[in-house]
Amino acid sequence: MDWSWLLVYYPQLLHGLWITLALLVLSVFFGMLMAVPIGFAQAAGPRWLAWPAKAFCTFIRGTPLLVQIWFFYYGLGILFPLIPELRTSFLWPVLREGFFYAVVAFSLSYAGYEGEVMRGAFLGVPKGEIEAARAIGMSPFTLVRRIWFPRAVRLVLPTLAGETVGQLKATPLAFTITVMDLMGATNMIRQNTYRTYEPLMLVALFYMIITFIMVLGFNWLERLVPQKR
Amino acid sequence: MAIEAKAAGKQPVAVKVDDLHKYFGQLEVLKGVSLTAREGEVVSMIGASGSGKSTFLRCINFLEMPTQGRIQVTGEDVALKPGKDGNLHPSDRKQLERIRTRLGMVFQSFNLWQHMTVLQNVIEAPVHVLRVPTAEAIARAEKLLNKVGLYEKRDQYPAFLSGGQQQRAAIARALCMEPKVMLFDEPTSALDPELVGEVLRVIRDLAEEGRTMILVTHEMKFARDVSSHVIYLHQGVIEEEGPPKQVFGVPKSERCRQFVSTIH
Repeated sequence: MDWSWLLVYYPQLLHGLWITLALLVLSVFFGMLMAVPIGFAQAAGPRWLAWPAKAFCTFIRGTPLLVQIWFFYYGLGILFPLIPELRTSFLWPVLREGFFYAVVAFSLSYAGYEGEVMRGAFLGVPKGEIEAARAIGMSPFTLVRRIWFPRAVRLVLPTLAGETVGQLKATPLAFTITVMDLMGATNMIRQNTYRTYEPLMLVALFYMIITFIMVLGFNWLERLVPQKR
Repeated sequence: MAIEAKAAGKQPVAVKVDDLHKYFGQLEVLKGVSLTAREGEVVSMIGASGSGKSTFLRCINFLEMPTQGRIQVTGEDVALKPGKDGNLHPSDRKQLERIRTRLGMVFQSFNLWQHMTVLQNVIEAPVHVLRVPTAEAIARAEKLLNKVGLYEKRDQYPAFLSGGQQQRAAIARALCMEPKVMLFDEPTSALDPELVGEVLRVIRDLAEEGRTMILVTHEMKFARDVSSHVIYLHQGVIEEEGPPKQVFGVPKSERCRQFVSTIH
């Protein structure tokens, strides 16, 4: 085994690690931001809102993530340069990068899966607890903010933990659209050094460590509210 | 008895329900039920399962929407408009929320918020609905928890309490809103027999303090002891009503006589 390349390439690897974490955090953040209303619309919304939310989840969950990523990168990514206003705008440095399309695709994907999880979560909150909140005079907004949503999230924390770990392990797909994440960096090292196993072993270890830290974090979150199961 | 004496005087009306009808689909479960509860009165509703007494109670704070009728709480008429489902719905959400804060509801299945401790449950609505400062709400809550005998359990989560403790916490939660009227929906029906007493004791204390209460119950002896007025409901109709002495002692209706005879 030869690890000498590590001395040369560790800055790229660290940068890749940073990109992977950014992809994960941004997509989980924006994805969850969308998943909550998407789940709520399906669980308690009027039909004209529930239906498109359901359609979105079905579409996202029914198509491969790689197809979605390429759809955005090669689809939108080719449309955008045709708009001159965009090319000159301050947004262009962002819109030019594969990273942007990866964040969009991963966020929508997470929103699709977690929208479905949140639908179940909202429906899983005992009706009586919601009635109690109504009966005590809460406005619909306060009811959702203080009771329904926090209660629902706690119900599905273990599921969300698993899904988020899954999301981490979907991020290497971003390297197919030029993003130099952990996987992208590894691939570059492989091409430059002709070493395959060592970089792959190292990157696998990286993903394992991130997963381990995430699981610890979620376990801590779950323990915040003791529940009898 | 003190309660009866107070009720005899003409206190202001706290809750007035006029000619309430409620359909579930084709089935008419309430066929024109009226009720007046004056301040300080304890009105109990008894009747067999399916007689509509719980539905009636749930119509008062609009957890169920009545099909027809009028509801007045502390002198304020709840504004209603017909909805697409054929029932009446409150037309002014702000008014509904205001009126609900005056009605403390206690449920058969407690319905404590499981993600909050007992204390958090009790201060939740005072802080986030009435905007009472947190410190003040906590002081109020601790006093109430002391009163229902749960001060030591204030930092426990509901799942770790017995049914009786949960129900007492739920009563404290309702009381912390300083409601004008307490609504009890079969508060002891979900409890193990040995836990019924501790909850009834708390409710009895409230009655003796002169709280206005509407109580749906199967505990007939209890209803006879604490009520100022008893309503016997049968298939959505008031079959008999009056002071407990009359309803339990010399009911005019034969059906009521049979029903109350089961308590002995």
